[in-house]
Formats: sequence, structure tokens, C-alpha cells
Amino acid sequence: MSGNTQAGLVLGQEIGAEELAPAPVRRRAYGFSAGKWLLPVYCTLALAFLLVPIVYTIVFSFNDSVKTNIAWRGFTLDNWLNVCSEPGVCEAFGNSLLIGVTSTTIATVLGTMIALALVRYRFRFRAATNLLLFLPMATPEVVIGAGLAAQFLSAGIAKGLGTIIVAHAMFCLSFVVVTVKARVASLDPALEDAGRDLYGSSSQVFWRITFPLLLPGILAAALLSFSLSFDDFIITYFNSGSVNTFPTFIYTAATRGIPAEANVIASAVFLLAIAIVLIGQLSAQARRKRLAR
Amino acid sequence: MARGLFAESGADLELVGVRKEFPGFTAVEQLDLTIAAGTFFALLGPSGCGKTTTLRLVAGLEEPTAGRILIGGADVTDTKPFRRPVNTVFQSYALFPHMSVLENVAFGLRRRGIGDPLGKAHTALQLVELDHLAERKPAQLSGGQQQRVALARAVVNRPALLLLDEPLGALDLKLRRQMQLELKNIQTEVGLTFVHVTHDQEEAMTMADTVAVMNKGRIEQIGAPEELYELPRTSFVANFLGQSNLFAGEVVESGDATIGVQAAGRRILVPTERAQRRSGSVTVGVRPEKLLLLTEEPAATAGINVLGPGRVTDVSFSGVSTQYLVEVPGVGTIIVFAQNLVFGPVVERGAEVWVSWRVEHGFGLSDAPVSSIAQAHEALVGGAEA
Repeated sequence: MSGNTQAGLVLGQEIGAEELAPAPVRRRAYGFSAGKWLLPVYCTLALAFLLVPIVYTIVFSFNDSVKTNIAWRGFTLDNWLNVCSEPGVCEAFGNSLLIGVTSTTIATVLGTMIALALVRYRFRFRAATNLLLFLPMATPEVVIGAGLAAQFLSAGIAKGLGTIIVAHAMFCLSFVVVTVKARVASLDPALEDAGRDLYGSSSQVFWRITFPLLLPGILAAALLSFSLSFDDFIITYFNSGSVNTFPTFIYTAATRGIPAEANVIASAVFLLAIAIVLIGQLSAQARRKRLAR
Repeated sequence: MARGLFAESGADLELVGVRKEFPGFTAVEQLDLTIAAGTFFALLGPSGCGKTTTLRLVAGLEEPTAGRILIGGADVTDTKPFRRPVNTVFQSYALFPHMSVLENVAFGLRRRGIGDPLGKAHTALQLVELDHLAERKPAQLSGGQQQRVALARAVVNRPALLLLDEPLGALDLKLRRQMQLELKNIQTEVGLTFVHVTHDQEEAMTMADTVAVMNKGRIEQIGAPEELYELPRTSFVANFLGQSNLFAGEVVESGDATIGVQAAGRRILVPTERAQRRSGSVTVGVRPEKLLLLTEEPAATAGINVLGPGRVTDVSFSGVSTQYLVEVPGVGTIIVFAQNLVFGPVVERGAEVWVSWRVEHGFGLSDAPVSSIAQAHEALVGGAEA
């Protein structure tokens, strides 16, 4: 669910602020100085606090477990080699991927169009639309989840993959609009004027100028939206019916012991995300070096 | 414009009764204007006078509230911007940041399906001497280089009409002078009709064949730069284009050759043909560099106007010339520019002086004198402070 992500973000910001704040007042310290030790200790503790659950998850993905995966019984690669042997794990993971990709696509396309309309045009109910888009972000997820479930019930729609996708697209939409809107606002309208002036028709101007320039914002929105959808639990739980996503599978499995295969998938997703970030950072660094020359 | 074809040459631009209203204000009041093919035309005015809106109307980026726009005799009022034979060099250059310099220049050619777009783009870049930077992104270029790319991107399309929206505004003075000359050269070379919008009067006068001075959504006066400078018709033109000394008074004699205006107890003569109004209350003026500073009262001579005595209140040396401010009782502050023919200023602050000028250098304005006194005073005081 998005609560995890948000908590992580908030902690990250706190650490960032703590690291930055003392820099301007750095003085030469003679003898014992509390300030000299306090910050590294605090940072180490905060990082450990963040990393211990992740390290635990990764380590126990190699546990030779039987039924429960709580006590360490020895190292094995079986869990990694036969991920799908445990019933339900891979199906839930596949469902989560399908829901994430579909709802992200819907939310990104709709959200980009809404963001363009909100920034570029003055129309009736523009301010109201802006306000309404903030509501899903401000409303507790339990309320949204329960409200949607009630609506699906009264409309007679059977819960399943469809209802989860609709629910996810709905709450992701707000995040996409906010992210893309910032990008649209920073786009110089003269660029599109120049495109029209240089014999580009409306669709040519959009696909050759507007879209490529908005792409970084749209990609960021899509990634955010996918990660929100992928680990959403509360809203999904209310609207999933008999379908399991990865988070709801782990939640139900937790009562009788989470299978080590779930650890494998969680670790794999984590490592993949870290790898993507690292590759992005390294290629950006290489590009900067190339430009500096 | 037909696909795959260049415009044969520059085209006439004609604006007929063009008016543009935005919610809450009118940017262009009423514009009737004809610009002949192949000329370098400058629209000069202070910010907010409607000159950029006029340009956007011609490019098709705004739609006029009323009036017609004709290019080369064809009515393009309802034509979409991408179908008009017009290209614009934007104030912010508006280079596409995600494309290389070469792709930026080739953009218009590709959209119109013209053969060998990259080859033609290279040729256009050679014209502005930037072909060696063709593979760079716009962000890697300096301001002057970006400006030249923007120019190449517009010129490469051989538009019938090239619009320039203060493209030199962001450049430093030296680079601006250099670009002014280059622009003028390119215009002569390619023979296009250039419409250049600027608030820089010097830029307009050096570059343009014809200058139109715009104020509050209207054109105040159109003419060759020399004509506008030497014979302004309104106090706005007299003060916006360089500086002027303006005097308000009553016409007391009206002859075939000159009219006499009573101002500050003196009679100022202005040639009748250079006066817009020949009776009643009028405003007459003279340019500061036409004035002569005298330390003793001259004998009355035919063909010479004299004001004074007055006191020199300020002397500022500016290299080529020195600017004196002379306070004449009943008239106000008079600006005098004197060439530095000898070393340093010729009179000190506080000196008693007379100013004189030849009658044929004076001009008479068409404005109601009351407003022009206020404006003239404002301009004089403002000019002194600046």
C-alpha cells in the first residue's frame, strides 16, 4: 500500500535534512565533541532501522524452511530455483503485475490529458476539478476502499481483477495529474508556437514537441503509479473478491506462515528496483561527463 | 502553402482595420498597414503597446477580433499558422531542447516535405556560421549562437515574410550590434520581407528601411528613420525616438514660410511646412543636438531662434558629446547635446547661458499641447534622471 512508500519518503527526507543542516556550522573540534559523534551514530541507527527488515527478508529467502519461515534452518537455493512451487505465490505476483500495468496505463493516459487541459485551458469547473483531484490523495484509503466496495455491490458488479484495476486507476490518476501538471507548467508555450509556425499540424506538434518534452514527467508519473498500485493493500482488499494480489496473498499467508518463495519474489523486486536506479544514476553520470568534455 | 515548394520571393503584407481584444483589454486598437515586399520593416514601441500581438496576428498564433490580414495579396485571416508562408524568430528563441541544432533547423523543411532537409539545414547553418555545431543540443550553445540557430531555422524555409520578435533583446550590447549587421546582411542576401518588433529605437533606426512607431495599440507615425527623427508629428514620437525639447504656446503669427509661437516671453519661429497645426495652442520642438549654447546674448538674427538667459543645472560628459541641462525661467529644462570638439565641457554648472537654433530645425506637433507639456516634462525629468 502507499502508506509504506510515504513513510519511507518521510524518513528519507528527515535524514536528508539532518545531513544537510550541520554543514554550514562546521567548526574545528578540539577534544571531545558530542556533535562530532551524534550525527554519524544517529544516521547509522536510522539506516539500520530502515534496512533491517529488508535484509531479514533477503536472508530468509535462502532459508531451508518447512511450513513456516520464522526460524533459520539452513542455507538453500531451492526457493530461488523453484519460486512457483508454492501454490499461489506466482499467481498472486502475476495478478499484481497485470493490475499494475493495466491501471498505470489507464491512469497515465487519462492523467496526462487532464494535466494538459488543467494547465493550458481556462474552462468552467477548472478550479473544482483541481480540488476534486486532490481528494483521493487526502481521503484515508480505508474510506475509499469501503466506498468503492459499496458502490460495486450496489451496482451489482462482481469483484475481481476488473474491480481492482478500476479502483487502482482511480487513485493513481490523482498522482499522475499532479506529477505531469508540474511538467506541463514548466513547458515554454513558445515551443509549441514555434512548432505551429514551422508548418507542424496540431498532431505533429503534439507528438514531435509536446510529448517528447513531457515524457520524463509522464514516465515518472507512470513509475509512481505502478509502485502505488503494486503494493496497495487496503483498497485492493476491499475490492478483490477471490482474486489474490501479492500483498493480499502475503497478508493471508502470514496467519499460517509466509512461504519463503514470497521472500524470494519480494527480494527480487527490491534488487531489480535498486539495479534500475543504479543504472539510471550511472548513465546520467556518464552523460554529464561526456557533456563536460 | 503548397507542400514541397518554397516561396518565390518576399511578399507584401497588408493589415486592414485589424483589431485585437483580449478579455479585459484591447491590445491592438486599429491597424491599417502595408509593408512592401523585400523591405526591412520595424515596429517600434514601448512594452505593452501591442507590437508583439501584431506579430502574433500575422503569424496566425492569435486571431484578430476584426479586420483582415493579407500576405502577397491573399487573405490569410482564417488560415492556420502552419499553412501561412510566414516564419517567426521568437524572443525566447524557442529552440526545441530535445533536438540537435541540425534537427531544429530541418524541422520546418521536414514538415513541408521538402527534399534534402539535412543538406538545406547545413547550408542555412553555414549562413549563420554555426555548421560546426550542428550536432549539439541548443542548451550547449551560448545566447548569441542560439539566436543565430533560431534565425537559421526560420530563414531556411524561405518564408515570404520573416517575423522577428525582439530577437536581440537578450544579447549584450556588443553582440547585439554585431547581430544587427548580420541580420541586415542576411536580409539583403535572401531578399525576404522582414518585420522586426523592438523597443530599442537605435536598433530600429539602424536596421529598418521603414519604421512604424506604435503606442497604445495604434500606429503613431510611419516613415523612414531619418524622417521620423527629424520631423516627428506627435509628442510621443518626439520623445520615444531620441529626446526632444518641447515648448507649448499660442500661434501669434502665421505666414507662408514660418509660424510664430509665443512661449516664455519669446517668439519661436517654426517653418510652416514642418508644423502640423498652424493656429491656436500648439507644441513646437527641437532636437537637443541642434541647439547651440552661448555664454552671451546674441544679437537678433533672421532665421535664428533664441531662448534665455538660463542657468546650467547639470553637465554630464559622455565621450562623444556632453549633455547640458539648462533651466530657463518660464520654459523649464532644456537639454543641449554639444559635440566635444575641444577637450571637456565648455561651460560650468551655474553659468548663465542662452540657447539658439536655426528656424528650419524646429518642428510643430499635432497633439493637444496640454498633454504634451506633461509628457514633455516627464520625459525631460526622466531623461535627466536616467
